[in-house]
Amino acid sequence: MALVEINNVHKSFGAVEVLKDVSLSVEEGEIVTIIGRSGSGKSTLLRCINALEPINSGRITIEGQQVAAGMRNLKELRQRVGIVFQAFNLFPHLKVERNITLAPTLTGRVSKREARALALECLTKVGLAEKIDAFPEQLSGGQQQRVAIARCLAMRPHLMLFDEVTSALDPELVGEVLKVMEDMARQGMTMILVTHEMNFARNVASKIVFMHQGRVWEEGPPSKLFTNPQTPELKAFIGSTRHN
Amino acid sequence: MRSLSTIDLIAFATGLQYTLLLVLMALAFGAPFGLFLALLRTANMAVLRWASALFLQVVQAVPLLALLMFFYFGLPVFLGIQIPALAAVTVAFTIYTAVFLGEIWRGGIEAVKQTQWEAAASLGISRWQQFRYVIAPQAFKIALPATVGFLVQLIKGTSLAAVVGFIELTRAGQLASAATFQPLLVYSVVAAIYFAICFPLTLWSRNLETRLNGSR
Ligand SMILES: Nc1ncnc2c1ncn2[C@@H]1O[C@H](COP(=O)(O)OP(=O)(O)OP(=O)(O)O)[C@@H](O)[C@H]1O
Ligand SMILES: [Mg+2]
Repeated sequence: MALVEINNVHKSFGAVEVLKDVSLSVEEGEIVTIIGRSGSGKSTLLRCINALEPINSGRITIEGQQVAAGMRNLKELRQRVGIVFQAFNLFPHLKVERNITLAPTLTGRVSKREARALALECLTKVGLAEKIDAFPEQLSGGQQQRVAIARCLAMRPHLMLFDEVTSALDPELVGEVLKVMEDMARQGMTMILVTHEMNFARNVASKIVFMHQGRVWEEGPPSKLFTNPQTPELKAFIGSTRHN
Repeated sequence: MRSLSTIDLIAFATGLQYTLLLVLMALAFGAPFGLFLALLRTANMAVLRWASALFLQVVQAVPLLALLMFFYFGLPVFLGIQIPALAAVTVAFTIYTAVFLGEIWRGGIEAVKQTQWEAAASLGISRWQQFRYVIAPQAFKIALPATVGFLVQLIKGTSLAAVVGFIELTRAGQLASAATFQPLLVYSVVAAIYFAICFPLTLWSRNLETRLNGSR
C-alpha cells in the first residue's frame, strides 16, 4: 500500500474549481516533484494533504488513514506529516531552540530536559547547530528555511511536504537549502515537493507530476517526462523553464 | 466652613484606594472576560463570531454612565432587591473593560498573520496550544500599547462611579469641596493625583508604541 493515496480529489474555492479529479499515489521513500504553471493548483494540493484545506470530494489517505479537515486524529496525523512553506513561517517571538522544541514538548514526545538535545540533533542535520540560541530575525533566509526544516524533523515525520521552499531566497542561498533536502532524500525520507528548480527535480525526484489547470496532466519518472513529454502543455512548460 | 486640612487629604487617600480597587476589580474580572470575547470574535465557528459581535455592538453603543445607572438604579428595581454600590459599579466596569479589552485584543490577534496559525497547526498541536504559545505572545505585544492606553481611560472612567454615591477619589473631592467651599483648590489636588497616576502610564504606552513600530 502506498504511503499517500489521493483519489479523485476535487477542491473549489467558492465557484472556482482549483483541483479537478486529482489522483496520485506516493510510495514510501519516493521523492515526488510537482511542477506546473502558477495557479495550476500545486500549493492547494499540498495543503489538502495535511488538511490545511478541506477537500470537496474524493479521498486522501496517509498510511491507510483517511484525511479529513474535522477528523479526530488530525493532530496526530499532522505530527507525521511535516510541511515547509515558501515564507518559512518561523515563530518570530521564539528562539530557534524553542521553535524546534515547541511541538515535541507540547505533544509529549520529549521531556523539557531532552528537548535541547533534540533541537541540537535536528539543527545539526541542517548544519545550523551554532544558531540554537538565535532569534529567527537574526538569520538569513536560507538559514531560516533550514530551521523550518529542522522544526519539522523534530516531529520525526513519515512524510515531508515542501512548497516552493527556495522561491523566496536570494539565488546564492538556494543551494544550502536544496542540499539539506538532498540529504533527507538520500536518507529515505518520503517527500512531496513543489519546485521551480528543474535541475533539482531532474536529479533527485523519483517521479515528476505536471499539473495543469487543476489536473494531473502528466506524470512519470524525470527521464521520461523531461526528454519525452507527451502533451503540448508540458512541452511548452519545459520550454519556458529551459533558460534557468 | 473650614479650610482644606489633613482630614481631607486622608479622605482623598481613602477615595484613591477605592478608585484603585475599582480598577483592579474591573481588570480582574474584565480581562479574562475580554480575552474570552476576543477568542469568540476570532473563532472558527461563524455563529460564535456573530453572537459575540452582536454583544459587543450593543454594549459599546451604551455610554458608561448609562451602564452604571442601569446596574445601580435599574436592575435593583427590576429584581426587587438592593444591590450594594460596589457590586453594581464592579459589574458595570467589568463589562466596560471586557468589551474594550476584547476589541483591542481581537485587533492584536488579527494582526498576527494567518500563516502563523497554519505553521503551528501543521505541527500537530491543538488549537488552544496554537493560540497560547504562538499567537497570543505576538498578539499581546502588538496590543500592549493600546491596552495600557485603555488602562488610563479606565482609571479616569472610574470617576463616574461618583454619580451612584460610590466614594472614590472624585466623589471624595466633591465632598471636600462642599465642606470647604474651595473647589478650585480641591479639584486641583484631585486632578494632580489623577495626573500623577495616568501620566506615567501614558508615557509608557507611547514608549511601547514607538518600540513596536521600530521593530517592524
Ligand atoms: N484561499 C484561497 N481562496 C481563493 N482562491 C484561492 C485560494 N488559494 C488559492 N486559490 C486559487 O486557486 C488556484 C490555485 O492556487 P495554488 O496556490 O494552488 O496554485 P499554485 O500552482 O501553487 O501557484 P503558484 O505557482 O503561483 O504558487 C489559483 O487560481 C488561486 O488563485
Ligand atoms: Mg503555490
